[in-house]
Amino acid sequence: MPDNDNDAQAPLIRFAGVQKTYDGESLVVKDLNLTIAEGEFVTLLGPSGSGKTTCLMMLAGFENPTGGDIFLGRQRLNSVPPHKRNFGMVFQNYALFPHMTVEENIRYPLKTRRLPAAEADRKVSEILDMIQLREFARRRPGQLSGGQQQRVALARSLVFEPQLVLMDEPLGALDKQLREQMQLEIKHLHQQLGLTVVFVTHDQGEALTMSDRVAVFNDGVIQQIDTPSNLYEYPANAFVAQFIGENNTLAGRVESVEGERCRARFGEGMSTGAVLGPSLAVGDVTHLSIRPERVKLDGAAHDLPNRLSARVHEFIYLGDHLRVRCALPGNDDFVARVPVDAFDHQLKPGDTVELGWRDEDVRALDAP
Amino acid sequence: MASTTLDGAAAPEQGNLKSRLRRAERLRKVKAVGLVAPLALFLVVVFVVPIGSMLLNSIDNGSLRQVMPQTASSLQQWDGEGLPGEATFAVFADELRDSRRGGGLGSVGRRLNYEDPQYRGLLMRTLMGLPSASDNWRDTLIDIDPAWGETATWQGIQAAAPPRTDRYLLASLDLERGADGEVQRVDQQDRLYQAVFQRTMVIAGGVTLICLALGFPLAYLLATLPARTSNLLMILVLLPFWTSLLVRTAAWIILLQSNGLANQSMMALGLIESPLQLVFNRIGVFFAMVHILLPFMVLPLYSVMKGISPSYQRAAVSLGAHPFAAFWQVYVPQTVSGVAAGTILVFIMALGYYITPALVGGPADQMVSYYVAYYTNTTNNWGMAAALGSILLMVTLLLYLVYHRLVNRRQLIRR
Repeated sequence: MPDNDNDAQAPLIRFAGVQKTYDGESLVVKDLNLTIAEGEFVTLLGPSGSGKTTCLMMLAGFENPTGGDIFLGRQRLNSVPPHKRNFGMVFQNYALFPHMTVEENIRYPLKTRRLPAAEADRKVSEILDMIQLREFARRRPGQLSGGQQQRVALARSLVFEPQLVLMDEPLGALDKQLREQMQLEIKHLHQQLGLTVVFVTHDQGEALTMSDRVAVFNDGVIQQIDTPSNLYEYPANAFVAQFIGENNTLAGRVESVEGERCRARFGEGMSTGAVLGPSLAVGDVTHLSIRPERVKLDGAAHDLPNRLSARVHEFIYLGDHLRVRCALPGNDDFVARVPVDAFDHQLKPGDTVELGWRDEDVRALDAP
Repeated sequence: MASTTLDGAAAPEQGNLKSRLRRAERLRKVKAVGLVAPLALFLVVVFVVPIGSMLLNSIDNGSLRQVMPQTASSLQQWDGEGLPGEATFAVFADELRDSRRGGGLGSVGRRLNYEDPQYRGLLMRTLMGLPSASDNWRDTLIDIDPAWGETATWQGIQAAAPPRTDRYLLASLDLERGADGEVQRVDQQDRLYQAVFQRTMVIAGGVTLICLALGFPLAYLLATLPARTSNLLMILVLLPFWTSLLVRTAAWIILLQSNGLANQSMMALGLIESPLQLVFNRIGVFFAMVHILLPFMVLPLYSVMKGISPSYQRAAVSLGAHPFAAFWQVYVPQTVSGVAAGTILVFIMALGYYITPALVGGPADQMVSYYVAYYTNTTNNWGMAAALGSILLMVTLLLYLVYHRLVNRRQLIRR
């Protein structure tokens, strides 16, 4: 399904059965297959050690695949040294050269390409305007703020008009507000310049904000690759459901199947309707996944097909909404997310509430 | 009410705050001083004072003045023409007789011998024949030794009369004051120290360059290897520190001598026909000094390189630079502070080397320190020893300043 859009045109980048091991014993990346179309913003998302950065490094040429091939169009990239790949790269710590000024940093890729001075001047000047740091051209990176350094690193990776831009957790060192601002700036740059971007992050919010498609990595395997909304609404397995957004999990067993729906049993003799996840059949162990915002409380739960009562542990006030932590049979940490204005302020910790949800809000997924 | 508080009470309140801050900080200051005081005292006693007095020695001319104060002051009045007056002869005879007590004669004789090696004998002979009283000391002295009738004899003593002299400093640079008091170069065959200083600089500079050439790749390897391996290698680098410098130097003699391991291996391999002269010449000096000083180059380089993230070179490569260009344009400039620290450390230590060149070098490989030791231990000429030391110190400081300028101009502004 995710590759349907790209079948029309030849992909810019194709990973074909790529494997990587560092120690010859365990695979960091197991059988990776991934295509990236021109102009696409693809994020590799996963916890640390999931193999996402290794994939980026193989694409950049700093690591060699142990098995499989990487293609750029029709060209096999495996044997192309990194300095001939013509990819822009933004590093986690920016890697701005501390002994060069901002301008010299940005000019560096043009110097290595032996561009005529006049043309290089023009390009540097253009990009300095674009990142709005013209007055800082003579400063050294150490004299800039984190956000400014980030912009310089971006400019340096874009000034030679690479066919692909790789970003290795470039926003990790910024504080929250600046990070959100830079996310939008990078997204807008991508749209304006028609860049192809491969972005690595462990921050799911960042991935959802910026990407056309997100590849969720775990344990060296892509768990799911899809658009942000599909990842959230239709997670392929329990890991994706857990990793993307907030999630409640109930361990259960599939009782009966009707087309795309099923009934699953959980806790002690309770059951709920659910959307049947891939590769599940009657009798299988399943993780039932329910998003907190789909769980209704008391009055709002009355008409819903799946209802049960639970004891409230605590309320967490978050301004626009409340998180209500409840104890359910089989899950002590079940969270419902309630808008503040829809909340009954009489409730106290220790009270019993009625929780309810619709069948289509529950997904029965593979137990990992 | 609020405004009165602001106008009336704010100022004393502020002063109060300052004094309270001072009081709060006082304990910390006392602690800091207390922590540093023992070391500071130690440094003053064993470093600053001795070096200061050593430097003063290089212009000190007090030995005659100490033993024969009146002779010295009356000779300073003398115009240097003909012979001094009878009064001068008289006090000289008096003070010469007294100088026998307390060993003063020895130090005067030594000092005057720098002017002319005849003086000590002359003083001895004169003292032997000195009568207890005389009407005319001038004739009496000239009777004992006709040298007392010569102007030059008295001029020599006059030169030793002022409390300060620049003769040692000048001599250290192969200069002297001529008869007319003008500074001039000494005779060709007496020139020595300019060549010694030059040689000292050449050897120290050569050792520094070799250490840099050998130490830079090693430090780079250490900084890029995984911690386990690099720790092991670092122990090997530091291993020489566990052995005495003398032992290491002696080991080089054994290795490099004509029938030593190095020559015999090369002969066995058929590389050379007859033994090469590897020790008791410049080659041996370089071998031994580089070996001893190499860790002082490696350690500062390593500590700087350890702090340079490998992502800089990766970034340069990703921007299209060949790996060699990335290393040269991006990595090396960031090591400047380490190179600066290592070279200055090795160079300054090499400048002062004494034992190693003395043991594994030939006569033409001795550095300034050898002559300092020679004057201190062998001839007891503290003035010359101090002057050579002072000039070495000044040259070193000067070089350091120049170097500091050069490096500072390129100083990196680190993040």
